[in-house]
Amino acid sequence: MLKIKVLGPGCKNCVDLEHLCSEVIAENGIEASIEKITDYKEIMEHGILRTPGLIINDKIISSGKIPVKATLTHWFMNALAEAE
Amino acid sequence: MNNLSVIEKIKGNTLSKTLIYITLFLLFWIIIYMNLELLTNSLVYNVLGLNPEEHLTQAIWFFIFEVPKVLLLLTLIVFGIGIIRTYFSPERTRKLLGGKKTFAGNILASLLGVVTPFCSCSAIPLFLGFIEGGVPLGVTFSFLIAAPMINEVALILLFGLFGWETALLYMTTGLLIAILAGTIIGKLGLEKFVEDWVYKTKAADIEQEEEKLSFNDRIQLGITAVKEIVSKVWIYIVIGILVGAGIHGYVPENFMASFMGKSAWWSVPSAVLLGIPMYSNAAGIIPIVQALLAKGASLGTVLAFMMAVIGLSLPEMIILKKVLKIQMIFIFIGIMAIGITVVGYLFNLLY
Repeated sequence: MLKIKVLGPGCKNCVDLEHLCSEVIAENGIEASIEKITDYKEIMEHGILRTPGLIINDKIISSGKIPVKATLTHWFMNALAEAE
Repeated sequence: MNNLSVIEKIKGNTLSKTLIYITLFLLFWIIIYMNLELLTNSLVYNVLGLNPEEHLTQAIWFFIFEVPKVLLLLTLIVFGIGIIRTYFSPERTRKLLGGKKTFAGNILASLLGVVTPFCSCSAIPLFLGFIEGGVPLGVTFSFLIAAPMINEVALILLFGLFGWETALLYMTTGLLIAILAGTIIGKLGLEKFVEDWVYKTKAADIEQEEEKLSFNDRIQLGITAVKEIVSKVWIYIVIGILVGAGIHGYVPENFMASFMGKSAWWSVPSAVLLGIPMYSNAAGIIPIVQALLAKGASLGTVLAFMMAVIGLSLPEMIILKKVLKIQMIFIFIGIMAIGITVVGYLFNLLY
């Protein structure tokens, strides 16, 4: 089970990243929850400087960019392997 | 793990290939750029067979020559800056600026603002992250003012259309405004006008691994930057040059001179006031700059207008309102407006 958080005030990049996450999860049958964090205070509390931020299981995976699908899948798989 | 090693293998193999492509591209670039005038001449006069004496021919010549010239410059500079930017990150910049109090901090922050990559929707998270990381308020402002104002697209266009002196002056004065405005904000002790929760919130200490990039990665990122920026701004450049070409010899030169020329002392402040609520990115404003200049507006007035449009905008203020109290926003606008006005007068005086 992955806890995915997408952080960003709601500009195009953040929305795109969220969609991409849902896509990868659906395609690979990964069990995960996606939470969208748009509040500036909460973004700050998570220590994100650049949006969109991506946090998987309380670890900052990337910030300020949208990864390609293969990379994102790779990150999810790694996180799953680590969680086990 | 298997996945990763495959990716690395591919990357390793393509490094020499990438270098060959880059060298070929640079050669191609130099050859085209050096012969652009020749190519334009033969296309306009020989292939199209146009009469050099006519206004229309001059306009067409100007368009055919300027569009590839500016696009070539843009591609090369964006590629170069794209690679430079891979060596900087907001996280690293924050570390460099933490605890820097004095004037030197403001200078460093303004310079870093030019090379640190971030998109405009990250401005507030960055502001918050800097404050939380112990970067003083004035230094943070220097960073946030310099970043949008000194933009490679604006610089290339100024260089391509008005010469390197104008581009250099724009960069220098833009940096000066960022340094001085940040210093003043720091000296005034305006921390009380930042929303209270900002200083109370503590960021979780979440580990983030530093990315390790190979040279090949950096080149790839440079190419990505070119794709992203050129696809976004080429249309503004074409419009800007089209306006310039259309004006070439058609519109009466002194059309704007009476109300945006040098002799009208009030032209600079009114251009700034007009520009503050307006918003456009640096590329979008260039066609307007072209048109105004060609019709007799003076350079200082037009640059002041341009800086006010790019550096200050109503939507930006509304977003800033979430982290700053209203007094702070007015002080910020006031300092920026005065700074830009001074720059406008300075340019009018020099040219």
